[in-house]
Amino acid sequence: MTAPLALHAEWTKLRTVASTGWLLAGAAALTVAVGVLVDLASACPSTGCPADPAKVSLTGVQAGQAIVAIVAVLAVSSEYSTGMIRITLAAMPRRLTVLAAKATLAAGLVLAASAVAVLASVLAGRLILPGHGLTPALSLAQGPVLRAAAGSVLYLTLIALLSLGIATAVRESAVAIGLVLGLLYLFPVVTSVIGNQHWQRHLEQIAPMTAGLYVQATKGLKSLPLTPWQGLGVLALWAAGALTLGALVLRFRDA
Amino acid sequence: MTTVTPYRSTARDARDGFGPLLHAEWTKFRTVPGWVIGILVAVLATAGLGLLIGKSTTPSCSAQGPGGQQGPVQHGAACGGPIYARGPGGEPVRDEFYFVRQPLAGNGSITAQVTSLSGRLAEQGGGPAPSVLEPWSKAGIIIKDGTGQGSPYAAMMVTGGNGVRMQWNYTGDTAGLPGAVSAASPRWLRLTRDGGTITGYDSADGTHWTRVGTVTLAGLPSTVQAGLFVTSPQHYSYSASLGSGSVDDNPTQATAVLDHVSRAGTWPASAWTGDYVGGSASSGAGASPGPGANGYHQTAGRFTVTGSGDIAPLIAGALNDGPAITVRDYLLGSFAGLIAVAVVASMFMTAEYRRGLIRTTLAATPNRRRVLAAKATVIGAAAFVAGLAAAAGAVLLATYAAHGNGSSVFPEPWPAELRIIAGTAALIAVAAVFTLAVATIVRRSATAILIVIVTIVVPFVLSAPPGIPAGLTEWLLRITPAAAFALQQPAPQYYQVQASYIPSSGFFPLAPWTGFAVLCGWTALALVLASYLLRRRDA
Repeated sequence: MTAPLALHAEWTKLRTVASTGWLLAGAAALTVAVGVLVDLASACPSTGCPADPAKVSLTGVQAGQAIVAIVAVLAVSSEYSTGMIRITLAAMPRRLTVLAAKATLAAGLVLAASAVAVLASVLAGRLILPGHGLTPALSLAQGPVLRAAAGSVLYLTLIALLSLGIATAVRESAVAIGLVLGLLYLFPVVTSVIGNQHWQRHLEQIAPMTAGLYVQATKGLKSLPLTPWQGLGVLALWAAGALTLGALVLRFRDA
Repeated sequence: MTTVTPYRSTARDARDGFGPLLHAEWTKFRTVPGWVIGILVAVLATAGLGLLIGKSTTPSCSAQGPGGQQGPVQHGAACGGPIYARGPGGEPVRDEFYFVRQPLAGNGSITAQVTSLSGRLAEQGGGPAPSVLEPWSKAGIIIKDGTGQGSPYAAMMVTGGNGVRMQWNYTGDTAGLPGAVSAASPRWLRLTRDGGTITGYDSADGTHWTRVGTVTLAGLPSTVQAGLFVTSPQHYSYSASLGSGSVDDNPTQATAVLDHVSRAGTWPASAWTGDYVGGSASSGAGASPGPGANGYHQTAGRFTVTGSGDIAPLIAGALNDGPAITVRDYLLGSFAGLIAVAVVASMFMTAEYRRGLIRTTLAATPNRRRVLAAKATVIGAAAFVAGLAAAAGAVLLATYAAHGNGSSVFPEPWPAELRIIAGTAALIAVAAVFTLAVATIVRRSATAILIVIVTIVVPFVLSAPPGIPAGLTEWLLRITPAAAFALQQPAPQYYQVQASYIPSSGFFPLAPWTGFAVLCGWTALALVLASYLLRRRDA
């Protein structure tokens, strides 16, 4: 009986904070803007094109995820910074229900915003890329493109859940956002210079951003260390781990 | 409604001066355990990642691992500890060419006419090798300290695609007559030695000479080696767009015909000697330059010389046969340090608002700009010290680990290494002040960190292959604060060396300190806005 009430309470909190809407709109806008810029800057030599049109048009996800992360982090950490968490937990003593409600809402909002952003990015890619030599034109009727698009939406949703879990565990918004963005962006930077091929491959397999974005690949799948869905699975494991950690901290530590 | 003049304290600002204010801010900083831990995390993460990167380097002899297409090519270097020749300026160089030489005692000159320069890919298994003339294939005359690799020299040469050049001591390069060489339009080259000074001339007809350049080579002995040389660098074929393709490199060979070779001065030897400097397989005098062989062939005053290699600085990590790993790669962990420092720097300001301490702070020091200056000084200094420890630790640990692996690392001249380490510390320090200013503007630590990471870290991440198109990357790394990573550039770009000068190899569109100035500019802008808002808004 408490679940719908918790959902309603959390929805009211999220909806009545101006920053939620702005940040979600910002995440979608940044995703589309970076995607369009990359589309416009892409070029292909006349002798075959190694570029993957789906991946190119969805490059914006790599930037947009930073804002998605902050939406999810603020959904939790702002309660701690304002002391609201004590009222929340007094009203709803079942702490895991609170966390589940927050996770559901954050995931739902991000899912909706990223669906818009991804569809717009694919549409922009479909219109722009053929003019730059990247063919065939993107179409969601193609299986791999549909997978890349749907996977990108899920990717951003999982990033939100990962951020929510980490924020619940560390509570402080600054630390949480530092951890999330460090986790996402540091792996690809460091992996690029790892000389040992085996280590490099393993790091690519466990890096949440690198592995998760395999879901966007529609070309050269054989050379990837994981299949696209396995890659997204790695990110899902990270998100599940973070949420579990957050749940444990929330359950057993004083707010 | 009457206008009310806002109350302004008549007390003198900060009676006790800036020193006690700094002390107060330093006390705030050091007494919050979380912040001290954050700074320690920055140091440990950077150094730890440096160790990981050093540990993961592969021994030079097995560098051509599965999928690796850019393992370093060894030139006469033993496995486990290659020695790269160093030029007179201390920079690592490639010094490999076919040299037809005689000793020259004292002052004198050498003149030659180049009538043709052609090139082809070397060692193509079976079939005629495709002819490829590299833009920087070189043929001409040279005066050199000796045949030791890395010794001082000055040379006049005809190139495959860059006209006549005078080059000296690996990094020096001056253009002479433009255009390609052919039998119909030959090029005359002359080098004149006077003590340590060498002057290069070129001419299209052998009568009218133009001085191309005069250089002074320090420490040139009285007897030098002088003669003809030919060399030709690697050929790179990029099957790439968007930085995601692969790069193939193949050695090439160039053959030049040099005629009307004449000498002036004291040349004690009676005959020419052929040497493949820096190469393993050398052919003796008179060997005809057949496929795969470097050598020379003389008919009266006419020489046909074939050679491969290059006389140029090594370019780290950019496929110019240099080692793939550089000191800058060891410092990629500084991204972790940067993020940790940014978290602390933003909280250093936002915690004041969270706890309401800002009201006490501003009551104690009504001059708000001074408060901001003191905070910026404290966090900047702390971040600089931490950054220095982090960078030095990362480089030391990684060097130690890579040495244990027997890996070849780009041998950085010490001024550059110092610039990279101190520059990394300065980058982290200014980024901390930038974060503090942004946090003062937005007052929310999460937003401040987001802005800092999106502007400093994300452009760099996007520039790594397979990333965004090169043109876009270049602009991102010019105008965003991420431009400051140019401080970590391991080696200068040389116009006269063909290599892939891309950000992921450590080559940035801006010069090191110019890139740093971009970050400083953004920081100054943010500080001005922050101090304005801090004064205008209620705390």
